[in-house]
Amino acid sequence: MMTVTDLDCLRGQRCVLKGVSFSLDAGDCLILRGPNGAGKTTLLRTLAGLSPSPEGRLSAPPEAIVYTGHLDAVKPQLSVRENLAFWQGIYQNAPKDTLTRFDLDELAERPAATLSAGQKRRLGLARLHVSGRMIWLLDEPTTALDADHVARFTAILTDHCSSGGIAIISTHLDLDLPRAQTLNVADFAAPTGNGSTTSDDPFLQGSY
Amino acid sequence: MLALCRRDILLAVRSGGGFGLALAFFLILVMFVPFGVGPDRAVLARIAPGILWIGALLACLLSLDRVFQLDAEDGTLEALATSPIPLTGLVSAKAAAHWITTGLPLTLASAPLGYLLGLPAEGYIWLVTSLAVGTVSLSFIGTFGAAITVGIKRGGLLLSLLVLPLYIPTLILGAQVVTRAVSGQNPVASLALLGGLTLLTLALIPIAAAMALRANLR
Repeated sequence: MMTVTDLDCLRGQRCVLKGVSFSLDAGDCLILRGPNGAGKTTLLRTLAGLSPSPEGRLSAPPEAIVYTGHLDAVKPQLSVRENLAFWQGIYQNAPKDTLTRFDLDELAERPAATLSAGQKRRLGLARLHVSGRMIWLLDEPTTALDADHVARFTAILTDHCSSGGIAIISTHLDLDLPRAQTLNVADFAAPTGNGSTTSDDPFLQGSY
Repeated sequence: MLALCRRDILLAVRSGGGFGLALAFFLILVMFVPFGVGPDRAVLARIAPGILWIGALLACLLSLDRVFQLDAEDGTLEALATSPIPLTGLVSAKAAAHWITTGLPLTLASAPLGYLLGLPAEGYIWLVTSLAVGTVSLSFIGTFGAAITVGIKRGGLLLSLLVLPLYIPTLILGAQVVTRAVSGQNPVASLALLGGLTLLTLALIPIAAAMALRANLR
């Protein structure tokens, strides 16, 4: 259902990852591992179509993909319910149980400015459910979540996968996902220094 | 797109910034002119079209850096870029919301302010019409500037420098409509040119701004 072949990932002008290949079926879950700076975020952004990729192919259509980054995309001036209503309008999809699933029922009328970091994260993640899309790209989704809500979110992930969805998660935490595959991003690190494009080309020097 | 436009208007009204600021700036500028120039009604009436148009243009410029900056800072822009809304639609919705929260109030406020400057009676209808048409292109051109500078922290100065030259044709034609109407000439030709300019920006700016946004999101 989703095949990635020989994908190169750029961050700015620099090639971070080279020849990333993997393939996932409906219901699969992939966990990205790797030290800080290995290129997990870059890979996710490339898959989401935010960063261009000079080389390689991605078989999934952009309409199937939803991406959440380090930032929650939550507007502090709006209440929790209004924030969700906005994304429901954008995705033209209004599932009934989003608030309950992400444990936001009691917070529904609160202005998002007064939420804690973890509550804001939950509201940010709720956009995944609203989007109704099958492929979830998650960049450190459990940051600021407490143990209870990490478990709750893992259950949502399991649910999503068992209903035929795909999740690609970059995380340092051990999520309780028994069926998940693991991809070590550092395996695809692009060679630096010797013969890379940047050092040879005088016009590229100092361009980033 | 409608949801995005509605949310932008709601945000502008709720956080006070964009909505009130442009209007207040416009009021202050126009009210101060008689104090600076003197109370001679003949002089004021002669410079009124220019002052009103310059005031509206500068007021419009004030809130431009908020068009994309706030959304870029909290991650909303990335989320929107991967949403079902195409980037051209995103730009158009943003520009439309900017016009509704700045251009429209400025247009409505211009009539009483014209009275304050002693604008001759035959000028009002043309003043309001020219601003209604012209501020649309101001909002769209400004949105293009905002899309180019979205990655830059405190990009307000660069944004102004980029956008001001592009505003000049609109300013010339817009003020000309009112000046011609007041001096007894036929303003329709100038208004038609202004309308043409606005239509041109409506057609081209969303594409250009979408490309700028795409490049800045990398």
